[in-house]
Amino acid sequence: MKKVFSRPKSIKKAYFHYCPGCGHSIIHRLIGEVIDEMNIQDKTVGVPPAGCAVLAYYYFDVDMGEASHGRAAAVATGLKRALPDRIIFTYQGDGDIAAIGTAETIHAAARGENITTIFVNNGVYGMTGGQMAPTTILGQSTTTSQGGRKEKRDGYPINLSEMLSLAPGSAYIERTAVDTPANILKTKKAIAKAFRVQMEGLGFSLVEILSSCPTNWKMNPEQAVKWMGDVMVKHFPLGVLKDVTGGKNDAR
Amino acid sequence: MGKVLMRGNHVVAEAAVRAGCRYYFGYPITPQNEIPEYMSERLATVEGGVFVQAESEIASVHMVIGASMAGGRVMTSSSGPGISLKQEGISFLCALELPAVIVNMTRGGPGLGNIAPAQSDYFQSTRGGGHGDYRTIVLAPNSCQELADLTYEAFDLADKYRITVIILGDGMLGQMMEPVELPPEISLKKLPPKDWTITGAKGRPSRFIRSLILDPLLEEEHNWKLMRKYERISKEEVRWETYFTEDAKMIVVSFGIAARIAKGAIKRLRDEGLKVGLIRPISLWPFPSGAIRELAKKTKYFFVFEMNMGQMVEDVRIALDGAGEIHFYGRPGGIIPIPLEIARVISSQYYQKRLR
Repeated sequence: MKKVFSRPKSIKKAYFHYCPGCGHSIIHRLIGEVIDEMNIQDKTVGVPPAGCAVLAYYYFDVDMGEASHGRAAAVATGLKRALPDRIIFTYQGDGDIAAIGTAETIHAAARGENITTIFVNNGVYGMTGGQMAPTTILGQSTTTSQGGRKEKRDGYPINLSEMLSLAPGSAYIERTAVDTPANILKTKKAIAKAFRVQMEGLGFSLVEILSSCPTNWKMNPEQAVKWMGDVMVKHFPLGVLKDVTGGKNDAR
Repeated sequence: MGKVLMRGNHVVAEAAVRAGCRYYFGYPITPQNEIPEYMSERLATVEGGVFVQAESEIASVHMVIGASMAGGRVMTSSSGPGISLKQEGISFLCALELPAVIVNMTRGGPGLGNIAPAQSDYFQSTRGGGHGDYRTIVLAPNSCQELADLTYEAFDLADKYRITVIILGDGMLGQMMEPVELPPEISLKKLPPKDWTITGAKGRPSRFIRSLILDPLLEEEHNWKLMRKYERISKEEVRWETYFTEDAKMIVVSFGIAARIAKGAIKRLRDEGLKVGLIRPISLWPFPSGAIRELAKKTKYFFVFEMNMGQMVEDVRIALDGAGEIHFYGRPGGIIPIPLEIARVISSQYYQKRLR
């Protein structure tokens, strides 16, 4: 009998603690598949900062070093500078990367720090229980933007990836989503490309992945996926925001 | 090799490189800017040397965390306000049990304060300004030579105990020039291997380094493990110096540059026939409580002099545990008193206590 589907070997045999319908599980798997296919399990080091995915070291079977909230890009910088021939990736949520860690992220990109960032954007603080994130869209209700985010009271959301694409040191920035099988496949290609950009030493690479949080969005998983595709992508348009390779090695 | 005339900040940087420091991450703040400036030039001449000027002290201390996770000998430096920003990272360094060396060339505080020499970060260094139960080794040099020797040694201590070592200097030590005998350059290959680093899981199972321990029972055990380490350090790494204590009727307790000034004062007082001695804690944590208690067997009069409002007095009081009387004299805010001033205050106390 032919085996057509199994756990990537870069993913540990463990139960994910993530909620039903959460995008982290899919994204973890995609990263695991990419690491397997690129055969880099023994030279990859991951950096998960505080957030729902801080426990990612229980799932990725690669070396991992925790970072405090927002500081993943700085920790990854230290790791990469000490280990220039390893592949260093951070795995960060929206609150982490676009609020408390904005400075670390923008300056890592500005330095052209040769690391890869996986930025999971679900528009809400998941781990702390559903508070407003820097990417919570106008009108979206959270525990700290009651009645929906209002610009006068809460300010506007931030499109961090667009900002990062302006930095001369960033090499590859793409926004994807994990709402449909086609988009999931695109996400995997983007992750693989980001890793390749790092391995070629081209500079800072980042994949922003729109992801669902049914628990904190107060939706069932089906509604959450639909909301992501119908509403969230309008505020965070999908596509390549920057690519210094000129589309080289895109397809696999 | 003979002595060279060097500025304190340059001495720290050169001693660090000679101790095998290959990674330095910093952010400018006066009066320690000569450390990053020196490192920027010096590390470029060393194989594998990395210098990064970070966007903030917070970022620089987290870069330290990354390089330490990878197994490197790594340092950052700052002064007062910048050290406050590094406290988040220091708590994590301690929780993650990562070796690191952090230099604080203290300036007048609180707040922005000024850029003159002060010792007002004693509490911050010895109590820990960050969250959680943790300790760092705190070494307080009083000369450029000691800046070299203690910085050099700090890297060994950091690796040995997997702990953060703070070099607590001040603006005067950082800026002044003295002849220094520099330590020899070590060979990185001769350092003991580290079996806990994360470098990519080649030929071994994958590892992770983390401080999040959600199970309170396990977090408690982690705290006990750290505590046992701190107890070991408290027994094995206490450092102090005594000066004219044999026949002393009054003992001055002073650290760092203040102790240097106190020595000048004591010399004058001895010339006048006053039996005054000095104990200088070199390790502020662990604090030489035993040595102070021992001195209290001979005299009960202790005179604490610091360039702050009396932060070390608490440790002296704990050490004495009622076995002696303490008089405190302090000059905070960046004032550097001269030996004559200190001699006068000590002398006044000496006569008031009818020691002569």
